[in-house]
Amino acid sequence: MPQSFTIILGKAVRYAARLRGGGSALPGLFVERISPSFVPDTLAQLPHGVVVVSGTNGKTTTTKMVVSLLESQGLTVFTNRTGSNFVRGVAAALLGDVDTKGKLNADIAVLELDEAHAVKFVEIVPPRYSLLLNVMRDQLDRFGEIDATARMLEKIALATIDTVVINREDSRVRNIGTKLPKTTSVRYFGLDNRLLSQFPNDDDLHSTTGPKKTPIAERPKADVILKDFNQKGAAFTISGKDAVTPLKLKGVYNIYNSAAALALVRAITPDASINSLLGALSIVTPAFGRGETLTVNGHPLELVLVKNPAGFRLGLESYDPTGYATMIAINDNYADGRDMSWLWDVSFTKLINNPVYVSGLRGYDMALRLQYDEVSMEKVETNLPKALADFIALHADEPKRIYCTYTAMLTLRKELSKITRVEVVS
Amino acid sequence: MSTPAQNPITILQLYPRDMNIYGDQGNLQVIERRLEWYGYTPVVISYNPGDKLPTNVDIIIGGGGQDSGQEKIHADLLKIGPQLKKWADEGIPMLMVCGLYQLFGRFFKTLNGTHLEGIGILDVETYGTNERLIGNIVTVSDSFGEIIGYENHSGQTYLGETCHPFAQVIRGAGNNSKDGHEGAVYKNVIGTYLHGSLLPKNPAIADFLIKTAVKRKYKTFSPDLIDDMFSDLAREIARDRPR
Repeated sequence: MPQSFTIILGKAVRYAARLRGGGSALPGLFVERISPSFVPDTLAQLPHGVVVVSGTNGKTTTTKMVVSLLESQGLTVFTNRTGSNFVRGVAAALLGDVDTKGKLNADIAVLELDEAHAVKFVEIVPPRYSLLLNVMRDQLDRFGEIDATARMLEKIALATIDTVVINREDSRVRNIGTKLPKTTSVRYFGLDNRLLSQFPNDDDLHSTTGPKKTPIAERPKADVILKDFNQKGAAFTISGKDAVTPLKLKGVYNIYNSAAALALVRAITPDASINSLLGALSIVTPAFGRGETLTVNGHPLELVLVKNPAGFRLGLESYDPTGYATMIAINDNYADGRDMSWLWDVSFTKLINNPVYVSGLRGYDMALRLQYDEVSMEKVETNLPKALADFIALHADEPKRIYCTYTAMLTLRKELSKITRVEVVS
Repeated sequence: MSTPAQNPITILQLYPRDMNIYGDQGNLQVIERRLEWYGYTPVVISYNPGDKLPTNVDIIIGGGGQDSGQEKIHADLLKIGPQLKKWADEGIPMLMVCGLYQLFGRFFKTLNGTHLEGIGILDVETYGTNERLIGNIVTVSDSFGEIIGYENHSGQTYLGETCHPFAQVIRGAGNNSKDGHEGAVYKNVIGTYLHGSLLPKNPAIADFLIKTAVKRKYKTFSPDLIDDMFSDLAREIARDRPR
């Protein structure tokens, strides 16, 4: 079938899927079936090729930083913002951006991909650049899983044509750098020695016999090193020179990943001035409401904090519910606010095609709210720890998203820390 | 192309732009949805200062606002007051929450001495205070049984001798910190401080407004049953939550 027919049909399916209120991957699946070459052919046109960002934690915010930095250098960037980070999700996103002749108006594609999906993706589309962030354990997984995840990142690196950017401080990721052919460039980002204890890697967190740290001197040289940071900004050593910038990003891992983004973009645009990159980095904001994305059973679980009607509305608008199991947990403790009226100032009709698991002390108030928006519910269980376990069991093989009030988030984090890695926030 | 709406019921929402906080929208939504579930077509008219008042309405609702909101709508409310009073006397059901409850009374004297004249449909007067009456509240009325809500007001309201309170307070403050009653009633007009939102967790009150409106317009009202299980369960939990 001629490519242009595929595209027009795909766009029609995409439009139809939008009309029925969901299905960000459905049109991608359609195109994938009738024209398997659509994704590679479309991406092959890009003058600067394809960048893959992978790893357990921080993909979304890092991708956001990379896109902003590249745009600051005058490049037009295609990225998979819909959160459908697998091949047909990329196909669906491409369908929205190509013209009917299959031309993509972009210089470069930056794609955030789960490890497992990235492996399949690079078989079809070898990336010109890849960024490997970290490998973290999900304690629900069987022992040894983490090494399998590391091997996935290795496959991504092996498929990469030009440059692989690697986290020097994660031994499993760092080792990948020693296994690549001479033709592949390797660049590292890392931490100043003084900061190492603040960013424990997976071994540090799980070793029972005391961590076997790589001697500091044996680590490879890094192009970008995070030297120090505080509430307001960060200090880097970039190519041996010190530089300081204010940051809007919060969270220590986001700040460390900004070093990753800088190292990657410096590999792609070697002529970019450090000042212009830091200027662009300083204004990047965290992806909205992105409290954190955890990994449970190898699938992402997003916690979205909701405190007021405006925030809840924005959250519901920002995140496509398609492909995600959704839970809403509403507490009314003092810190949450005792008045439930605010739920009635939020429209939940975006969730109409996705049955919602409802929990929290005021779970029945939330259920009542959804009833009047005619949103179907999977279950209502006011006991939050019980509800969380049940929700995870019901959706073991799906990405999950939980909208929660403040004290509900505290309970969820506590429960989740028993089964996966949860970042400590001060 | 459009066919005439099946059994329309017109809801007039007073001042949604300026008097619409703490989930007042929830009261409107509950009336709309229940009308639909009962087989009627809700037609909502939003009325803001300066708008033309419709000639035929079946239900009127209004909510709360900041002091600035009350000031913005005050002159306009006085202008349409006589028509609202006429509708009240005709038996049109109305629900006025918090800020508009106060202005449906005779006056609201604010803490700094400003005298906001009300439209006097309800024989009540309100005085601004430094004491905020805030928290979960449970009241009881002969008509509706237990009423569950949330109050949040520093204006304290006192009822005239002929005025009937809407409910007696079981837990919480109500109209003021002394009298132990909540809200006020005149014919089919209900004034109350209860948010929560009020109608979702008190469907009996929603159904009173709907039934009154439908019977006035169509003579009979024989509704299907609505499953109010979540409302029942939410009421049970809310009743025992800390103030």
